[in-house]
Amino acid sequence: MYSAIVFLPLIGCLIAGLFGRQIGVKASQVITSGLLVISAILSWVAFVSVALQGNAETVQVLSWIDSGALEADWRLRIDTLTAVMLVVVTSVSSLVHIYSVGYMSHDPHQPRFFAYLSLFTFAMLMLVTADNLIQLFFGWEGVGLASYLLIGFWYKRPSANAAAIKAFVVNRVGDFGLLLGISTVFLMVGSVEFDAIFAAIPDMAGDTFRFFGYDVPVVTTIALLLFMGAMGKSAQFLLHTWLPDAMEGPTPVSALIHAATMVTAGVFLVCRMSPVFEYSPDALAFVTVVGATTAFFAATVGLVQNDIKRVIAYSTCSQLGYMFAAAGIGAYEAAMFHLFTHAFFKALLFLGSGSVIHAMSDEQDMRKMGGLYKLIPLTYFMMIIGTLALTGFPFTAGYFSKDAIIEAAYASHSSAHMYAFTLLVVAALFTSFYSWRLIFMTFHGKSRASNEVLSHVHESPAVMWVPLAILAAGAIFAGMMFSNFFVGEAYTNFWAGTISHASGNEVMEHFHHVPSWVVWSPFAAMVLGFAVSWYFYIRRPDLPKELAQTHEPLYKFLLNKWYFDELYDFIFVRPAFFLGRTLWKQGDGRIIDGMGPDGIAARVSDITRGVVRVQSGYLYHYAFAMLLGVAALITYFMFGGAL
Amino acid sequence: MLDGQFPILSLVTFLPLLGALLILLVPSRAEVSDQNVRWAALWVTCGTFLVSLIIWVRFDPSTADFQMVEQAEWLGGAVTYHMGVDGISMLFVILTTFLMPLCILASWESIQHRVKEYMIAFLVLETLMIGVFCALDLVLFYLFFEAGLIPMFLIIGVWGGVRRVYASFKFFLYTFAGSVLMLLAIMAMYWQAGTTDIPTLLAYDFPYGMQYWLWLAFFASFAVKMPMWPVHTWLPDAHVEAPTAGSVILAGILLKMGGYGFLRFSLPMFPIASDLFAPLVFTLSIIAIVYTSLVALVQEDIKKLIAYSSVAHMGFVTMGIFAMNEQGVQGGIFQMLSHGWVSGALFLCVGVIYDRMHTREIAAYGGLVQRMPLYAFAFMLFTMANVGLPGTSGFVGEFLTIVGTFQVDTRVASVAALGVILAACYALFLYRRVIFGELEKETLKNIMDLNRREILTLAPLVATTIFFGVYPAPIMDVTAVSVENLIAGYEEALETYTAAGGSTGFINLAGLLGGQ
Repeated sequence: MYSAIVFLPLIGCLIAGLFGRQIGVKASQVITSGLLVISAILSWVAFVSVALQGNAETVQVLSWIDSGALEADWRLRIDTLTAVMLVVVTSVSSLVHIYSVGYMSHDPHQPRFFAYLSLFTFAMLMLVTADNLIQLFFGWEGVGLASYLLIGFWYKRPSANAAAIKAFVVNRVGDFGLLLGISTVFLMVGSVEFDAIFAAIPDMAGDTFRFFGYDVPVVTTIALLLFMGAMGKSAQFLLHTWLPDAMEGPTPVSALIHAATMVTAGVFLVCRMSPVFEYSPDALAFVTVVGATTAFFAATVGLVQNDIKRVIAYSTCSQLGYMFAAAGIGAYEAAMFHLFTHAFFKALLFLGSGSVIHAMSDEQDMRKMGGLYKLIPLTYFMMIIGTLALTGFPFTAGYFSKDAIIEAAYASHSSAHMYAFTLLVVAALFTSFYSWRLIFMTFHGKSRASNEVLSHVHESPAVMWVPLAILAAGAIFAGMMFSNFFVGEAYTNFWAGTISHASGNEVMEHFHHVPSWVVWSPFAAMVLGFAVSWYFYIRRPDLPKELAQTHEPLYKFLLNKWYFDELYDFIFVRPAFFLGRTLWKQGDGRIIDGMGPDGIAARVSDITRGVVRVQSGYLYHYAFAMLLGVAALITYFMFGGAL
Repeated sequence: MLDGQFPILSLVTFLPLLGALLILLVPSRAEVSDQNVRWAALWVTCGTFLVSLIIWVRFDPSTADFQMVEQAEWLGGAVTYHMGVDGISMLFVILTTFLMPLCILASWESIQHRVKEYMIAFLVLETLMIGVFCALDLVLFYLFFEAGLIPMFLIIGVWGGVRRVYASFKFFLYTFAGSVLMLLAIMAMYWQAGTTDIPTLLAYDFPYGMQYWLWLAFFASFAVKMPMWPVHTWLPDAHVEAPTAGSVILAGILLKMGGYGFLRFSLPMFPIASDLFAPLVFTLSIIAIVYTSLVALVQEDIKKLIAYSSVAHMGFVTMGIFAMNEQGVQGGIFQMLSHGWVSGALFLCVGVIYDRMHTREIAAYGGLVQRMPLYAFAFMLFTMANVGLPGTSGFVGEFLTIVGTFQVDTRVASVAALGVILAACYALFLYRRVIFGELEKETLKNIMDLNRREILTLAPLVATTIFFGVYPAPIMDVTAVSVENLIAGYEEALETYTAAGGSTGFINLAGLLGGQ
């Protein structure tokens, strides 16, 4: 059964990808979506069996790389952590498949699209079921490939191609760290299998090894290198630049890959490696700081964006920051819980915005929307649910998971916990503001769209809104239903040891007993954000413009995303091309070839000609030659003598 | 003496030569005979490949000894005709015979003049290349190794592009300069050990003082072949000018002779020197990886870009080999094999569009996916394999060499891992410019997708790339024992040396220079 969950999407991908043109669009849609629905049903069965009834299992598929002590097999590890991811990935993926049937209905390359979606799902499933770091790396790069292909799906657009390459390359920067992390693990532990690693790490706490000529602590180095991979994949601060650009891909892709699943792989990695991270307080503090910073930073940028998808993209970035902050303070369960609920409401928001874009004839700029709630009430309703869940309205999914993180940040004894707590609460305020801003700008006020566009506005077909409704149900109930298992009293039984806590880390017990002002602070932030947003965009719609003018530098700074793209272009991209050109023309061309083959050939002909030219009769030529000779002689005696 | 066995290695080696003779006898008259020549060459190479598979089937991976050994007196006993394969060399024989039919297929339409001579050159080249990997006598090895230059020189010089003469001379001069030094070393080894028999020499302990010079002489030759930075500049020129099939052989097999040489001679025969010079090799390797990757980024010629990327990939190989542990060496071998078919496939891909448009300028293309979806798929797969995406064969070797080197020197492995990022940059940037975008250029409006012959040429490479990426065990199993044996011998030699008071490592270099 577990093999079926993982490999059904691959089969779908192969059928649609290889025979898409023969079997036609309809068949490709039905086959890929159908197989994924089966996979999703099986995943829920697995979830019940593994997570709720405690039947963890490992399934051997095939041997893979075996070189000396290095052994890595294709193997499926199904425990609670994996089961949670299986459910998230296959549920969202199957809904996105179905939604895409409607959303992509005008596209001429549908079989290819569905093949890519299924390929992505397969790679993601390989990632979460990995039993060793190398298979995880396979999935890790596989989702990167699928993401690259899907971002660049509309290959005629130069911006889509650029975004695809950017996503792949920035991810590779993270993978660079992950690769070195795996190498370090193998160097120190002698194995890349999870069980062996987890068994060996506790004894290494405090050990050091030589790395780049310095003695560095083993566990911290491993944790930080692995985390670098997670930062790339999950678009954390400094390596986040690719995610907003990735919105060039079709909207269902953004919902599946860049909101619900792939970008959460980094969080999954940190939670999976919790037995390692737990033994390095320094690495955990770093994770916390990066997570909290991202949550704050991305929220600030989200405040001023005008593209509906980019607002949600920065929101995703920010929410991922929450998850990392949670993991960093040792509340991995809360991180996974937020990952779980976030998948539902963020996919809902993305697909909802896709529904808006679809209705608006591919318009994405919120400045050209407004007043849509009467025209597409169903979509409006879904988006409201998503927004409530995202902002943490009481008893929605986000309320349980996000508040758990904020409370845990306060309760933790980690060195960075107050930093995280403060930034996360502020970010919650921003989240509420930009989320409602999105709703108000899109659905309320006077319409700013042209009459021609407005005349085409239509509610989406059932194949699109039914998946939305299912996600909406998840966005409302996922928190209530599972809170007890993920972070409540049943959590030890539920996780069954797949997440480890070092002794002294009792954050999961403590966060239930924080002062009431801490419990109320995210709620207050949410209400305040809503109020300000309402005032800005409903009551006084002229105010934002005024503010932007009076604080132009700040506005520009935020609008241009803190100028990260420009900065990276300046310090990485252009120097790389400049270096390449210099090395090619000067290094290869002038120096190596010049002194080598071309040089020798040229010298031979020079000498014959030169002999004639040397006797030029000019005194200073002789003098210059003599000077050169003296210099050469002195050099020879100084260095030659010393040898 | 044939050990009472059928001389399978000699058969595989000389079957192509036999085919060449056969073709020579075909009267060169008209179009018809050209077609016959092509078919004959194809059948011969296919036959050779099938026969060579028997070698793999009969190969016993549980021993590090040479197998299927053939030995006969030759040249009055001074030299023996001694052939055999072990886990290190066997797969290179298969790689050669595997790529050869594809080369013939790739030349089917693009070569229209002097077809007969062309095919003869390729068949002779095949014999010589297989010979290199099978030879168990230094002189025999040297003969095959050097003679291989001549057909390649002709292939570039006669059937090459506009600057073919410059390129072929550069190729010849570089490789020849390297091999002259190797010849001197071979002579020195004969005077010292009194034999040119490779298995005997493998067991012989060369005096330490001599090892350094012999190592350097061999290094000169292998580094050029590899090619390592800074003696790599012949490769881009040679690739650009060579016909497609020539590039495939050059990248697929000729480059591997350098790495094979390190494994066959440098490491086992001169272990002390190898240990001493390992930092030098590491340095050159990581320079190659970073430097040529950056250079690849700015290339305007597709073939040149792939050629530079080959240099970077060979950097991983040399690095892995001199890491001298199982992961490093096995990874190096795997990387060589994988690069053999991946880069070969990439050059074939370039050949496909070159045959249609007669230009290799990246700027002349764009938007090909709209007319050539099959081609776009194949090119994407090989691009990803070139980038080292897990699940393709490109990953296994690259990953193992990095992990292996990391055990020895974290700095070297870390810098090399930068190549992983840079490879993604240049490869995807190339793909975007050629395949994606609007199909705007008038000239491309009628370009056709892969025809049946081209599909037939690329399909085996697609299959191989994916199969060994998912299931590399057949290759790893063959190499494992021989590599273990190689490393054991190497470590033993180092131990004896340190036990005798010698100091290993780079500090030794100062002593060496001072002592001379």
